Amino acid sequence: MSIFLNKDSKVIVQGITGGEGTKHTALMLKAGTQVVGGVNARKAGTVVVHTDAAGNSVELPVFATVAEAMEKTGADVSIAFVPPAFTKDAVVEAIDAEIPLLVIITEGVPVADSAEFWAYNVEKGNKSRIIGPNCPGIITPGEALVGITPANITGKGPIGLVSKSGTLTYQMMYELRDLGFSTAIGIGGDPIIGTTHIDALAAFEADPETKAIVMIGEIGGDAEENAAAYIKAHVTKPVVGYVAGFTAPEGKTMGHAGAIVSDGAGTAQGKKEALEAAGVKVGKTPSETAALLREVYAAL
Amino acid sequence: MHERSDADWNSSVDLYEYQARDLFEKYDVPVLPGIVADTPEEVRAAAEKLGGVVVVKAQVKVGGRGKAGGVKVAKTPDEAEAAGRAILGLDIKGHTVKRVMVAGGARIAQEFYFSVMLDRSNRSYLSLASYEGGVEIEVLAVEKPDALARIAIDPNAGIDLDKAREIATAAKFPAELVEKVAPVFVKLYNVYKGEDATLVEVNPLVLTEEGDIIALDGKVSLDENADFRHPHHVELEDKDAADPLEAKAKANDLNYVKLDGEVGVIGNGAGLVMSTLDVVAYAGENHGNVKPANFLDIGGGASAEVMAAGLDVILGDPQVKSVFVNVFGGITACDAVAKGIVGALAELGSAANKPLVVRLDGNNVEEGRRILAEANHPLVTLAATMDEGADKAAELAHAAK
Repeated sequence: MSIFLNKDSKVIVQGITGGEGTKHTALMLKAGTQVVGGVNARKAGTVVVHTDAAGNSVELPVFATVAEAMEKTGADVSIAFVPPAFTKDAVVEAIDAEIPLLVIITEGVPVADSAEFWAYNVEKGNKSRIIGPNCPGIITPGEALVGITPANITGKGPIGLVSKSGTLTYQMMYELRDLGFSTAIGIGGDPIIGTTHIDALAAFEADPETKAIVMIGEIGGDAEENAAAYIKAHVTKPVVGYVAGFTAPEGKTMGHAGAIVSDGAGTAQGKKEALEAAGVKVGKTPSETAALLREVYAAL
Repeated sequence: MHERSDADWNSSVDLYEYQARDLFEKYDVPVLPGIVADTPEEVRAAAEKLGGVVVVKAQVKVGGRGKAGGVKVAKTPDEAEAAGRAILGLDIKGHTVKRVMVAGGARIAQEFYFSVMLDRSNRSYLSLASYEGGVEIEVLAVEKPDALARIAIDPNAGIDLDKAREIATAAKFPAELVEKVAPVFVKLYNVYKGEDATLVEVNPLVLTEEGDIIALDGKVSLDENADFRHPHHVELEDKDAADPLEAKAKANDLNYVKLDGEVGVIGNGAGLVMSTLDVVAYAGENHGNVKPANFLDIGGGASAEVMAAGLDVILGDPQVKSVFVNVFGGITACDAVAKGIVGALAELGSAANKPLVVRLDGNNVEEGRRILAEANHPLVTLAATMDEGADKAAELAHAAK
């Protein structure tokens, strides 16, 4: 088991013919993902040639729309490598096609566009789970990768990981590479994102394969505080937390558009305290967080 | 106040009042005439041009300028020039006033409040409005929460006239005023939507004795991610106010924030770099309390050029005593990072004069470490882990202090 993604997931790539789309289609195939096609209206009817995990050459058809790609291939996951200016249209198209899972890697999407496609998804009855934008995507090690996470950091295991940050996801998977992961999901650092810490926590709680959870947050917003309240009320599995940005000064945005401490709100210390009040052990550094996870896992 | 924090999230551009006024005018929001001036003489000329009573207002991106003496009413051009002389150069909470706006006067009957902003928690927009304006909204929200209407705005529907009436009514405007302010709310939303703002705030929105509604003071924040559809927003950026190192980094498309420490930090990915700053600060506790000197995210797929540009910015900071390069290769390949470091050191030559501690993991790490070991540069130390690298960099910075 895993969350949101497994070996049976059939994946299409929006922007499969672009530079990033081409590079990561190859890497996703290599990781064992069933990539079954792509979308680019201007190149519909053509194929792109890649190599699958077994080393065999595969021809992936390019379709005009997400709906057509789903109908012809049975795809249930889409990943968007689309420039920021076109991301909203690509997302709305996927929502209209009712794709069950949509991962948006693109960085630099105007927040108004994210607000609009999110409201649209809600209005349409939340039929699509959206991950991102501005995220590394999701990996169920040994089964499927839909995103840009290196697939060879570690394998399958009992830990669930949810993080705002891509490279911190990699760092934490590396720290805990001896244990392995059920699923690791990077939800993205933008102010408006689809899947939240809480959504991932709920899914990990329900997943029998996941025995313990690592939650990585960072300064800005109140997602970690909300997650803490959720954990206290609903999560029975052990959760270990890490928050980046203890030394970040107020008023300076740290790379992610969402990462800013303003008016004293959204500090790492405040988030740590909220998580600890919910019974979550919080590490001061990635390595300390990994050590805490080992402790709680050993005690299971 | 919390809503304000939600709106202030972005690295987005906070505009000066005069820039907000200009944008309002473009969207037909009623404003008073305003002319910017950088010298007392220009203030006089502006007052002469406007005629009558004017208000000379400091242009700073910080609240509380009225109390700090940054706003003065002038009845004559002489008074305006004197006001300009008093305000220009004034220090308001650490911001030096370099520019004022000379605005026309208005006979104010009543003051109100209106804003629309990104509501991050609800993944939506939020409008706040109050019939009782003229005070700091943070104070009003705490002391008289009932006087502040909070209306959720659907990002796809926006604020039309009906929604604007709903807001005004909820904000307890009397019926005859609802009809006067609602069209202005719609126009202010048009600014928000049309310019890709994350905040449009008017405080105060006033009713004049003549019965007109005027946006007297505005605050606008724009989303930098949307600059591609607003080429003119580049002109609104505050180039003078930026730290010179930050300006240099920006010119090279580097995500850099200057901090007040001795250990330069370069990494890939915002989260990892933030985390590196923390780990360096903790390591510094054992090494004379040295601290991180900056945030610098070279992003994915960093080339030798990007690494050279990053090192160049960091080594240009005289406070920096050592540099910690912390990379976990995802998209970024460690051999490219290693080549970048070697290339950058060669390119910078004698300008590279501070010790570098490098930690590499992930994509192509063996090749990356091999390249650095082979180059055997006297300034470069390899570290096996992030903790070890931070400790070594802190130790070197302390030793050089």
